[in-house]
Amino acid sequence: MKDILLPVAHVFALVMMVFAATMLAPLIMAVWGLDAALWSFVTSALATFLIGALLWLATRHYRRELKTRDGLMLVALTWVALPAVAGFPLWHYLPISYTNAYFEAASGLTTSGATTLTGIEFLPRSINLWRHLLSWLGGMGIIVLAVAILPMLGVGGMQIYRAEMPGPMKDSKLTPRIGQTAKLLWAVYAGLTAACIACLRLAGMNWFDAVCHGFSAVSLGGFSTYDASIGHFNSLPIEMVLTLFEILAALNFATHYLAWTQRGVKAYFRDAEAKAVLGVLSASCVGLAIFLFLKGSYADFPTALRHAVFNVVSVATDSGLHTQDYSRWPIFAPMWMLFLGCIVASSGSTGGGIKMIRTLVLAKQAHRELNQLVHPNMVRPLKVGGTIIANRVVFAVLAFVFLYFMSVAGLVFVQLASGLDFLTALSAIVACINNAGPGLGLVGPGSTYAVLTDFQIWVCSAAMLLGRLEVFTILVLFTPTLWRK
Amino acid sequence: MKIIILGAGQVGRTAAYHLSREEANDVTVIDMNEEILRDLQDRLDIRTVNGNAASPKILEAAGIAGTDILVALTSSDEVNMLACHIAWTLYRTPKKIARVRSADYTERERIFGENAVAVDVWISPEQLVTEYIARLIRYPGALQVLDFADGRVRLVGIRALQGGPLVGQALSTLREHIPSADARVAAIYRAGKSVKPEGTTVVEDGDEVFFLAARKDIRVVMKELRKAEAPARRVVIAGGGNIGFRLAIELEDRNQVKLIERDAKRARRVSEQLKSTTVLHGDAADEELLLEENIDSADVFAALTNSEEANILSAMLAKRLGAHKVMALINKPSYAELIESGSIDVAISPQTVTIGSLLAHVRRGDVVRVHSLRRGAAEALEVVVHGEADSSKVIGRRIEDIVLPEGTTLGAVVRGEDVIIAHHDTTVQPDDHLILFLTDRRHIEAVEKLFQGSASFL
Repeated sequence: MKDILLPVAHVFALVMMVFAATMLAPLIMAVWGLDAALWSFVTSALATFLIGALLWLATRHYRRELKTRDGLMLVALTWVALPAVAGFPLWHYLPISYTNAYFEAASGLTTSGATTLTGIEFLPRSINLWRHLLSWLGGMGIIVLAVAILPMLGVGGMQIYRAEMPGPMKDSKLTPRIGQTAKLLWAVYAGLTAACIACLRLAGMNWFDAVCHGFSAVSLGGFSTYDASIGHFNSLPIEMVLTLFEILAALNFATHYLAWTQRGVKAYFRDAEAKAVLGVLSASCVGLAIFLFLKGSYADFPTALRHAVFNVVSVATDSGLHTQDYSRWPIFAPMWMLFLGCIVASSGSTGGGIKMIRTLVLAKQAHRELNQLVHPNMVRPLKVGGTIIANRVVFAVLAFVFLYFMSVAGLVFVQLASGLDFLTALSAIVACINNAGPGLGLVGPGSTYAVLTDFQIWVCSAAMLLGRLEVFTILVLFTPTLWRK
Repeated sequence: MKIIILGAGQVGRTAAYHLSREEANDVTVIDMNEEILRDLQDRLDIRTVNGNAASPKILEAAGIAGTDILVALTSSDEVNMLACHIAWTLYRTPKKIARVRSADYTERERIFGENAVAVDVWISPEQLVTEYIARLIRYPGALQVLDFADGRVRLVGIRALQGGPLVGQALSTLREHIPSADARVAAIYRAGKSVKPEGTTVVEDGDEVFFLAARKDIRVVMKELRKAEAPARRVVIAGGGNIGFRLAIELEDRNQVKLIERDAKRARRVSEQLKSTTVLHGDAADEELLLEENIDSADVFAALTNSEEANILSAMLAKRLGAHKVMALINKPSYAELIESGSIDVAISPQTVTIGSLLAHVRRGDVVRVHSLRRGAAEALEVVVHGEADSSKVIGRRIEDIVLPEGTTLGAVVRGEDVIIAHHDTTVQPDDHLILFLTDRRHIEAVEKLFQGSASFL
């Protein structure tokens, strides 16, 4: 076990030292704004760097090229351990327990956006910047970033990349070199973020809010700088900008890259997944707007449409920003939104859940089975958008979906056993595993996760990590073969 | 450099491995077999595309438009040639290298060219391997014999043995031993580790020594390192496949050659085309057949069948039965390492022989020839220097003044027809061909830079 873990720890130490550097951003913010959290960031950055450096020195004899299983372990270790240090400044500065600080950091890194904090608008700007920065770093993936900037990850890079990037088919690279692919994806991601920030500024936010919400929207994080989230601004242009960028972030970034290199939107029309995402989203927005209007939640249809569009897109793409306390809508609406959160985001996007491509594969597989009943001798390959999906992929998707739902069921039972009511337990777990953020019931958008017990919060943290790494990467840690020589 | 490799066979996979481990290369491999590609992508940092290598659609998917070099290594000559032609016609790919095995094509050079079949360089791995083995047989005792400057200079790898006059002496005494000939020791490997060859370095028994010398001087220098062996006369070849057959043709004029082939039909076809070779139908691992054919008096036994395991076993058997020197064709690098320390004298790795001819084309600067050595860890290259004394870090300087990267030796200079063995006071002139030996391939970029600076006007 020592021989398996220590070489991974050696690389992880490097990731940690790089991560310490990202704490410089809130630190500079704290110096600039002369805010009270400065000391927390200084100690945290130093501590993170020192722990990384010591670990690196201590494990330097175990340096070797990473194998497949090392890649899996590195990703799992990074995601479980980084919230522990990322939460440090929050714990140091705010009067919250370490449980809540870890939850907050994990929620940021996994782009969930669930929070235990209230009075967010009164927090120092450096603390808020840190929360949003965590979302942004976690969105495209910390390890993918590491692959892009640390060339020594080299060959093992592909395995690592596959363990972190969401979606069932990850063999196709944009460029021959994995480092190059990672750089391109980050470039597209950074470009979209910059565009979003500029648009938000134009729509009337101040620079600080624009940066924070830009990070939040493009990473589909869901943190806001206000307790009332986007409801605070009550501005249609801001809502429109955020909706647009949330939809873009829920599409595959490889498709964005293709569209950018081809200077046209053709790439989106060729991407069957993108078409399905847009179709389901528009139908749901219009459908729910009509439903809300008929049920009398809003007096006129335009208002119903405005609120339906923003909140449905936000929850369906697993962002979690909100303008209304949608838990007060008739129960059909929020449940439908939570359901969408499970399936809408694309593979290769920053969203969570099962991903649209898997939904499509399963739908086609179900269709194939039905046809097979009628024509027992029929031979038909499974195609999505004209591409044949290998049976190997179909099996992987089936296994994934099984594990995903068993995880949801298992964790919901744990929450129920710990005394939570059914609606809160179910919605909290679904919202966490999809990295969506607010749930319903006690943890609805009008409230926070602070009402839960420490134990329940740890369960939610675990759900977020499971969801972000698409279950397999975390569960593989519990398979005995991984630990055998 | 952007490189597309067609075909993930043995040569294709080795090429992908060697090319992709150089940071500057972006490698894409195209093959029909999805399983092989998946496995390859798991181990190497490359992109793979599944499909027909000659299909423009597949080539486009692999990014042919911006590609610098197309290397066609599928098992079919025709697919390779067609793919190169398509790449040139549609995308003007600057350099196209194709594996063309059939002499039917390569004999008629007019087939190739910009207005004919657009292949810039054709290589035939079988031919390269055959020539390599033939050279080894011509210089008994050598582990490796590699050509530079069209064979005027050769790099020879040899195991030093007690009995050679230089063994136990410092390298600087070499000139006193053989005043008439000149040679330069480029590298010494002792127990697998490289030892820097300086004037004071003492050659020990069992060292693997690489030296550069003009062709006429090679035998004299070899005699310094181990007792002279009589030239090989009786050669037994196991396997009448492409390589075995070609080797028989190459050797039968000067040697007494026996060729063992297990397939009756193939044995018949081979025998029809050979002149003096005795073709035997049978199993090369059949003890009785070997004894009957006087294996104990054979100077060389070369096992060259398609199956490396069979090669290893039959070579070991031949050695036990008394063959003087045995060679085996081995594809897996790990096997080669295993057996060279055992009873087999020379392990021939076809990939290492072939890869050099590809590497010469990806090297920056005017590199004419590259030989990959020690399973890719070391490299020997022939570089042409261009430019003027004031623009170059090399031209007009004495060799002692040139700052070479660590582990690099400058062994010889070829100036026109003359071969000059490098000494500290040799001055480099424009258009000289320099022969360099790198014990650590990782310094290749520094070497490229050194010589590219002088070629900047190109």
